[in-house]
Amino acid sequence: MGLFGGRKTVHVDSDVLVIGGGMAGCGATYESRFWGRDKKVVVVEKANIERSGAVAQGLYAINCYMGMQWDENKPEDHVRYARNDLMGLVREDLGYDIARHVDATVHMFEEWGLPIMKDPKTGRYMREGKWQIMIHGESYKPIVAEAARKAATKVYNRIMVTHLLMDKKKENRIAGAVGFNVRTGEFYVFRAKAVIVAAGGASHIYKPRSVGEGMGRTWYAPWSSASAYALPILVGAKMTQMENRIVLTRFKDGYGPVGAYFLHLKTYTENAYGNEYESTWYENTKAMVGDYVDRQPVPTCLRNHAFLEEMKAGRGPIRMVTKEAFQDPHKETVGWENFLGMTVGQAVVWAAQNIDPKEINPELTTSEPYVMGSHATCSGAWASGPEDYAPDEYQWGYNRMMTVDGLFGAGDTIGGTAHKFSSGSFAEGRIAGKAAIKYIDDLGKDTPEVSQDEYQKLQKTVFQPLENYSVGRNEIVAGTVSPSYLLPLHGLQRLEKIMDEYVGGISAHYITNEPLLTRGLELLEMLKEDLHHLGAEDLHQLQRAWELQHRVLASESVTHHTMFRKETRWPGYYYRGDHMKLDDTDWHCFTLSQYNREANEWTMEKAPVYHIVD
Amino acid sequence: MPTFVYMTNCDGCGECVDICPSDIMHIDPTHRRAYNIEPNFCWECYSCVKACPQNAIDVRGYSDFAPLGHSVRTIRDEEKATIQWKIKFRDGREKNFESPIRTTPWGSIKSASDYEAPGQGDINSQELAHEPAGLNIDELPALTRDQLKQGVM
Repeated sequence: MGLFGGRKTVHVDSDVLVIGGGMAGCGATYESRFWGRDKKVVVVEKANIERSGAVAQGLYAINCYMGMQWDENKPEDHVRYARNDLMGLVREDLGYDIARHVDATVHMFEEWGLPIMKDPKTGRYMREGKWQIMIHGESYKPIVAEAARKAATKVYNRIMVTHLLMDKKKENRIAGAVGFNVRTGEFYVFRAKAVIVAAGGASHIYKPRSVGEGMGRTWYAPWSSASAYALPILVGAKMTQMENRIVLTRFKDGYGPVGAYFLHLKTYTENAYGNEYESTWYENTKAMVGDYVDRQPVPTCLRNHAFLEEMKAGRGPIRMVTKEAFQDPHKETVGWENFLGMTVGQAVVWAAQNIDPKEINPELTTSEPYVMGSHATCSGAWASGPEDYAPDEYQWGYNRMMTVDGLFGAGDTIGGTAHKFSSGSFAEGRIAGKAAIKYIDDLGKDTPEVSQDEYQKLQKTVFQPLENYSVGRNEIVAGTVSPSYLLPLHGLQRLEKIMDEYVGGISAHYITNEPLLTRGLELLEMLKEDLHHLGAEDLHQLQRAWELQHRVLASESVTHHTMFRKETRWPGYYYRGDHMKLDDTDWHCFTLSQYNREANEWTMEKAPVYHIVD
Repeated sequence: MPTFVYMTNCDGCGECVDICPSDIMHIDPTHRRAYNIEPNFCWECYSCVKACPQNAIDVRGYSDFAPLGHSVRTIRDEEKATIQWKIKFRDGREKNFESPIRTTPWGSIKSASDYEAPGQGDINSQELAHEPAGLNIDELPALTRDQLKQGVM
């Protein structure tokens, strides 16, 4: 078969196209079906929806549940919590919207069969912390996927979406997407009236601490390849807070979670010499961020900052004091099952290194940075807010619609809404799903059309790495070194090195400045040019090639945003060495970017922050 | 681990290939059995281990930080709705755990379209499917526009 001549193109028509079958995508699918009984709801997933997305492995807690039925929390309480943790900058309209819907979402999970632990005395869900409830969530994703499969008209597994398609009749309106089947190599053209991007955030844009076999044991899944951002960026959707990367304090090497340890097991940290250290960095931190240091709970980035300073002062390793808590057999079981339910790799590390937390206080570390929108950080697309109360500047149409007509998002894709986690991502998917159906109903007969010329050009682009390889491979005897092509892993490692050294990664102690960022952008531009010469040996490597393309574009966005915000808003996540203080006078705002694909130019602007005022 | 596959147990059925979220379990064309083609993109998520009908897949901790001699094995039983774990330390100590994985029969979830269709005009409300009843409170909470203001809090 010739590379292009014999390649089959499959056309799929849909009303709603959901890209990504993780938590947000499953929520979008369910809700689209509920409101759009006669609509064609199509899900396209890079892997297999049964075990895809960040929850593929399972979870041991649901981190976003209000408990409104028991008067435990109100939605506005959660907004205040997220605002505080993110140093004042979240989209409070969007956060409130998720919080008010999330309880109903969790109740659906329980009805479907997710085992949620109960407090034997009260009969309520067992709380791990103020917002977290504990679950036996090994099958969280298969359960949610079952609901989505029943709701969808069809789920297309193993198709990597590479680009969105714009309407040929009306400017700035979405019309579909293209991608390829990772197994058969068929080219897919999806036509849609509305598209919901529910793809994953970005792991592997910064050099990870482990660069050998263990590079796969990133905190966020290695398959989260920034499609959440690259797809909308390429069609000119505005992005927000892309500089707001997150660094995680986790158990060393396995990146096992610490939430249950701090909140439920009541373990605590100490330095190598058995001393509490966070309070000793209070004045240092206050000099950078002012009274944000006095807020409760202490923002996560500031606790990271104390950790990093203590390490730099030569008093590492920092350890989690587990020996006391683990004498209680119940707590010991929770401690282990917590990993087995969501980060098995940490159990493997401890078994391999003979670490029994009953006898040894395990080491902690800080991870490489990640860019995503659903955990304790909020990078993503700039989206329209709920119709009933969002301020005018946050509202231009349909809830969760981006700045491109008909293009919706949820989960990692939507910016400004930190602390949604798995349940909030599903709830946001539901919000987007209902809004997309309303959008389609309002379209009436004015439906978008894809351009044959555009998707045929994209077909050539999508499969180019296969041709690059097959031609270039003949030039050399054997091996991986070619003057004509780069393998996807080569490009990935260059990207990770650039981001690490110039944009505030681990080897730079998370510090950057304008000269470093300027040079970083020059190197990223050369990498972007080199991506035209990616070589893919097979379809699996073609998937890696397009994951890399998405990561590079997201990284460029991160770098421009980091350059634009001239302050250090989140010490512990990253530092602008040339602007080491938080600056509420000039930077109590959101940063927005827009990419122009034709001109290869980025435009930056500020947007106002609205707070819930009582 | 990454994951690896025991030659004598694998029958090449491809369940692991079908489930792997990272697309790294492939069938070796010579031996017609599965193997991990890209260990450095393995998250140790155990999706393939759990899916393997022959229990042919195991994990050896990442070579850059995990000393040899350990094992973390699992059996996921959909019928019994449990998952069992056996952790073996390098020094031989063992720990065993078992958890429930589901409280309802597999396949029992109702489709969103099996519920009564929403009424005319409900598409314009802020309520999602099954709300407000599904919230277990009387009505969906809401803000008013005047509650959101600019400024530093």
